[in-house]
Amino acid sequence: MAATSTNPENRETPGTGTTGGAATPTTPTRRGTELVLLGFAAVVVTCALTLVNLNQESQPTNQILYYGLAFLALFGLAHLAVRRWAPYADPLILPLVAFLNGLGLVLIHRIDLGNAAEAERAGETFNPAAPSQVLYTALGLVLLTLVLLLVKDHRTLAKYSYTCGLVGLVALALPAVLPSVIAPNINGAKLWIKLGPLSFQPAELAKILLLVFFASFLVSKRELFTTAGRRFLGIDFPRARDLAPVLVAWAASIGIVVLERDLGTSLLFFGIVLVMIYIATERAVWIAIGLSLFAAGCLAAYSLFGHVQQRVDAWLNPMTSDAGYQLRKGLFGMATGGIGGSGLGGGRPSIVPYAENDFILAAAAEELGLLGLAALLLVYLLLTARGLRAALAVRDSFGKLLAGGLAFAMSLQVFVVAGGVTGLIPLTGLTTPFLAAGGSSLVGNYVLVGLLLRISDASRRPQQPSKPQPQQPPIAEAHTELVERPR
Amino acid sequence: MNKPLRRVAVAMMAMIVLLLANATYVQVIRADALRNHSGNSRTLYQQYSTPRGQIIADGKLLASSEPTGSERFEYKREYADGPAFAPATGYFSFVYGTGGVESAENEVLSGTSDSLALNRLQSMLTGQQQQGGNVELTLNPAMQQAAYQQLAGDGVRGSVVALNPRDGSILAMANSPSYDPNRLATLSSDDQQQAWNELSEAPDDPLVNRATSTLYPPGSTFKLITAAAALESGEYDYDSEVTAKSSIKLPKVDAQLPNYGGATCGTMPTAPLWEAMARSCNTAFAEVAGKVGEKKLRETARSFGFGRDLDVPMSVAPSSVGDIENQAQLYQSGIGQFNVRTTPMQNAMVAAAIANDGEVMKPHLVDKTLAPDMSVLDSTDSEELGRAVSPEIAHTIRDMMVKAEQYAGDEGKISGVQIASKTGTAEHGEGKDPHGWYVAFAPAEDPQIAVAAVVEDGGDVGASATGSKIAAPVARAVIRAGLQGGG
Repeated sequence: MAATSTNPENRETPGTGTTGGAATPTTPTRRGTELVLLGFAAVVVTCALTLVNLNQESQPTNQILYYGLAFLALFGLAHLAVRRWAPYADPLILPLVAFLNGLGLVLIHRIDLGNAAEAERAGETFNPAAPSQVLYTALGLVLLTLVLLLVKDHRTLAKYSYTCGLVGLVALALPAVLPSVIAPNINGAKLWIKLGPLSFQPAELAKILLLVFFASFLVSKRELFTTAGRRFLGIDFPRARDLAPVLVAWAASIGIVVLERDLGTSLLFFGIVLVMIYIATERAVWIAIGLSLFAAGCLAAYSLFGHVQQRVDAWLNPMTSDAGYQLRKGLFGMATGGIGGSGLGGGRPSIVPYAENDFILAAAAEELGLLGLAALLLVYLLLTARGLRAALAVRDSFGKLLAGGLAFAMSLQVFVVAGGVTGLIPLTGLTTPFLAAGGSSLVGNYVLVGLLLRISDASRRPQQPSKPQPQQPPIAEAHTELVERPR
Repeated sequence: MNKPLRRVAVAMMAMIVLLLANATYVQVIRADALRNHSGNSRTLYQQYSTPRGQIIADGKLLASSEPTGSERFEYKREYADGPAFAPATGYFSFVYGTGGVESAENEVLSGTSDSLALNRLQSMLTGQQQQGGNVELTLNPAMQQAAYQQLAGDGVRGSVVALNPRDGSILAMANSPSYDPNRLATLSSDDQQQAWNELSEAPDDPLVNRATSTLYPPGSTFKLITAAAALESGEYDYDSEVTAKSSIKLPKVDAQLPNYGGATCGTMPTAPLWEAMARSCNTAFAEVAGKVGEKKLRETARSFGFGRDLDVPMSVAPSSVGDIENQAQLYQSGIGQFNVRTTPMQNAMVAAAIANDGEVMKPHLVDKTLAPDMSVLDSTDSEELGRAVSPEIAHTIRDMMVKAEQYAGDEGKISGVQIASKTGTAEHGEGKDPHGWYVAFAPAEDPQIAVAAVVEDGGDVGASATGSKIAAPVARAVIRAGLQGGG
């Protein structure tokens, strides 16, 4: 897939790809490419599923072919929606997402098989995670279609920025303020809202809503941030009142750590705000200020809160600390996988607690090896790079900031999760986008991708000439004119 | 805003590169250390994921791997008739490692042996599950069971070793008390721990393989070696007259050495050597030892295998004549007291050497190693350890042992089978009941089985115990089982 990503797209942006000398440049929609790539993703996912079944000692059946076709049909419908409502959208985004989601389903199914065998031995009942993940995939694709259908132009979102911001903040804070009956404390973090059989993690949606708010807010107040305040130690510091949004974001993220004990969302939230301010102002000093604030916040959180200390201890001493149990099991799994991996269905990923969500990357690393993990990370890089491409190419500032923020949000989330699982940084409670089991995460990320598709559609759509250029005669055809007779 | 967006793209790439570098570190550089980490249960699960080979003896399955249906431990080790065969099979525990043949032939049983490399390649190519090789033991199951039942049925402590004198193959090797290796092969580490603690703290050391590891004073059975030394010296023959006194004074010390029960050796002042052997006269053999000298006695003992390190494949503790500082100690050593110590295995080798016309065969327990398809990988050739005595001397001692059998008790005698034997009653400390010994081979004219049995501390008889009372019936039952197919 990497080969198709780099070059050809650049030449198809409006105005650069005209080769036939036609009067109006036509941008190819590349929807055919998208369909072919979706088919490719379906083939890869079907093969992966076949491998799991073969390695788990059951015969390959026609059933698997039907699953593959159903997968292709599901994303085929999304493809049709893109064809209809965002015809110029980036043709790589949807296939990459389909690939990740499909492989995630295969991995979850595989871990289900392991957990089911273990539960059977122990005489317990077992609820597989894969069927609900299929359901959430369908729901996510419906929401993606709705985003494309309802948000005809991403700039309309800017009009609802304050609404988005308010709803986002409320959603973010909701689990913390709601009583434990509705918002139970799961694994030491209060992130979930449970209504009967339904459970939902509002932070996933809040992330996108707050992104919309910040993009709009920063674009409108851009000048304020670029004005320098006092000059101190050779650095232009912003005026104190202009620091307010950063301070608010910082305080909010600290609040998340304290009230919801969600280190991951806090880190993600603060990182996104920081990068968006940097993109909007083009001033690196904001990053420096933000990182110092973050470092101070981290130190304070470490010295004040036991659960933060526990996480850091687990990170530094995964082999000895009690809290490092999960990380330890994950690292053992990754080491067992080695370079080539045990093969899908050939490892023991279900030894790692919560392998199907928090630690799905460890499961992938065990069964697909370092090569598989590297491929997955590169797919994420590709996906987020396509998002950034849309940001670079789109013409309005709001679109640029929103797409940049969305792409970076996903990238940072992958970094935080993968870094945590592989022991690079302390473990936090974030999910791997599209790969991990989890309804709200999947649905939220489909909304995010819907917005990226919308913005990339806007960036590649041929621009309607707003006013016709006056036709000027070519210089070569202009007749000469005598200005002054030389003496 | 494009410049910061491009920088964000670079940052995203840097994050992925960091993740890849760390994943490489975990999955390649640190992988071996993680795989071999003591807390890593995966290595263990790996051992339990392929069926370990069988341990077989004469068509009887002694140890096998049964599927459990669990993903973590796919196979469980099962021992048929565990306690009876435990000294041979050993145990296979994921907490406490392996013992016995399970340990000595681990590479074949687990399938990692070099001789199974071709089989591994084959199963890899055909996609079949890898299997361990099998080990066929030399044990005669009927004799082994008879040996164990004789000891355990009476609730006595002791050991029996039976050899094929012609090739050194171990026909029986039983201990009492024994242990059930199934308890150490359970899938619950708690159960294993409990079993291990019980067994290792039990006062009678059930985990010790008495046959190869426990050194007992051989008592009168050592007179066979004293007689061999005497005959070899050329000073004695079958009819040489030796003292028949009921008691003699030990040289240079103020102590008497009496015969058993204070009896004289027959009715005459002297007795022929054969009668001294048949009646087991201490006074006669003490003087013989004194005349033959320490050097000759040691040489002869060494030629029977004393002082040698043997692997059968479990290691056999070297038997020893011990330190002899003066003539009095030599007298006592000559009748198997003082510092003379021997294992049941060594004593069986003495009987086997006499039965085998003076040639000592190296005892061995493993007959063949077999590939998973039962084709022979390797078979153990019988190996000569050396000549103990000339055939003539061996025949002379055999004739003495035939006479000795007539003086031993009648319990458990087999009609129609001439046994050649020597009893022993070894004192081992003030106030302790003596150990009873019986070494024998049968049929005397065509030896097929050589056996040594020891029953500790008077068995179930107490202070009045003699070798013929407590050990002879045990060994005779084993001989009967061997000659009459367990009938």
